[in-house]
Amino acid sequence: MTRHVVAPVDELPPGSRKFLTIDERPIAIFNIKGEFFGLLNRCPHQGASLCEGPLIGLAEAETPGDIRYTRRGEILRCPWHGWEFDIRTGQSYCDPKKFRVRAYDVNVEPGARVVKGPYVAETLAVSVEDDYVVVDL
Amino acid sequence: MASVIPDGIDCDLHPALPGIHNLLPYLSDYWSDQVTNRGMVDLVSASYPLNSPITARPDWRPKAGKAGSVVAELTRHALDPYGTRFGICNPLYGVQMVFSEDMATAFCSALNDWLAKEWLDKDARLRGSIVIPVQSTEKAVVEIERCAADRRFVQVLMLVSNDNPLGRRVYWPIYEACERHGLALGVHAGSNYHNAPLAVGWGSYHTEDYVGQAQAFQTQLTSLIVEGVFAKYPNLKVVMLESGFTWLPTYLWRLQKFWRGVRMETPWVDRAPQEIVRSNVRFSLQPIDAPPDPAMLERVIDHMQSDELLLFSTDYPHWQFDGERVLPEGISSDLVRKIMIDNPLATYPRLNA
Repeated sequence: MTRHVVAPVDELPPGSRKFLTIDERPIAIFNIKGEFFGLLNRCPHQGASLCEGPLIGLAEAETPGDIRYTRRGEILRCPWHGWEFDIRTGQSYCDPKKFRVRAYDVNVEPGARVVKGPYVAETLAVSVEDDYVVVDL
Repeated sequence: MASVIPDGIDCDLHPALPGIHNLLPYLSDYWSDQVTNRGMVDLVSASYPLNSPITARPDWRPKAGKAGSVVAELTRHALDPYGTRFGICNPLYGVQMVFSEDMATAFCSALNDWLAKEWLDKDARLRGSIVIPVQSTEKAVVEIERCAADRRFVQVLMLVSNDNPLGRRVYWPIYEACERHGLALGVHAGSNYHNAPLAVGWGSYHTEDYVGQAQAFQTQLTSLIVEGVFAKYPNLKVVMLESGFTWLPTYLWRLQKFWRGVRMETPWVDRAPQEIVRSNVRFSLQPIDAPPDPAMLERVIDHMQSDELLLFSTDYPHWQFDGERVLPEGISSDLVRKIMIDNPLATYPRLNA
């Protein structure tokens, strides 16, 4: 596993997402209400850029018509066929056993620790004063 | 030809009411006089025009009157040749077309009593479906409660085309009553003709009407699934009668594709549609809408991914096959046993009592 520095925290405010390619893998990093998430930007169904899709909530119901809507903004819908994926785990909702998108751990680390390594930050200049978004790949 | 095995269960027989006068003994004085004084002679649905070839096989067509109107002929033509153990009677009489819910209720009660007395009492192999006045859900439930005490009624019968899609909540008390009494819900080809029988409007010809039935079944299956009938009533068994079944794999593929994309519209559908069909929906065998090539039918059945979906039926007296070739060619003896015995017994709990 390699830890990659994605961006200074200030570049990814809540509600934003950043697309990048790491080791030829298309990755998207999301900031959702201050929490960071990373997903492979490729739908396991037919390869769409999944992470360009809208974020919705989780609709569930035991009884028809009685909809419980939770976790608003944490369910990613693929822009091609509308399949839902959990931003936390990458699981799909239409066929969770069969379809899952790769999810990555994303954390915020202080610059002082980032400059010591073992982080990879090929394209970023890291400053000890700032905090950085780091993804584990 | 695959061989039938004895003690099978024929899930789709059509005893014919000779005419509305046969209901008079079972109607109240008021409705009996109404029928007589209004000059009502019959309720004939355009679904099965009397002289249309589909309505009766030539060798089952009597010289006079309606095919399927004599108990001894039905049993001789449809039960005896196959050693059938039970035959489920699904009367198709135009009571669903009536607009008055009171008249429909009177006619349905009379029809059910006629079936019990003039058919079920006459041959111990016969079982019945409760015909309900769908014009009023409340009255339909009352009729189910009234007839359910007679354990020979094993099913509630509706037509495939009604005033509303079958998944609508207005019908749910009917499904609740079915589930509670261990009655299957039979949905038979046919329309009340309150709406155009085709989704695109009114056709000109009988052919359009008959072929279009399969689309109505598909639409109703979608409605039942997405409206959440099986989430609400998980033990309800729905039997599609005279629906055909070779359309099922492609239809389910289409439904599943759309459900996957808009699952959040109907989150109570928490299983893939084909899983719901496998657990809750069954299809009568005849008519088999496939070529007589065993390899092709085998592929279709393989695509259905279950050997539990089909229920043996002759569809008597409708003309769906000739001679005694009621089973398609080339199906295994294991599948014959499933279709003729195991699947019907699992679908109709009242047959086991």
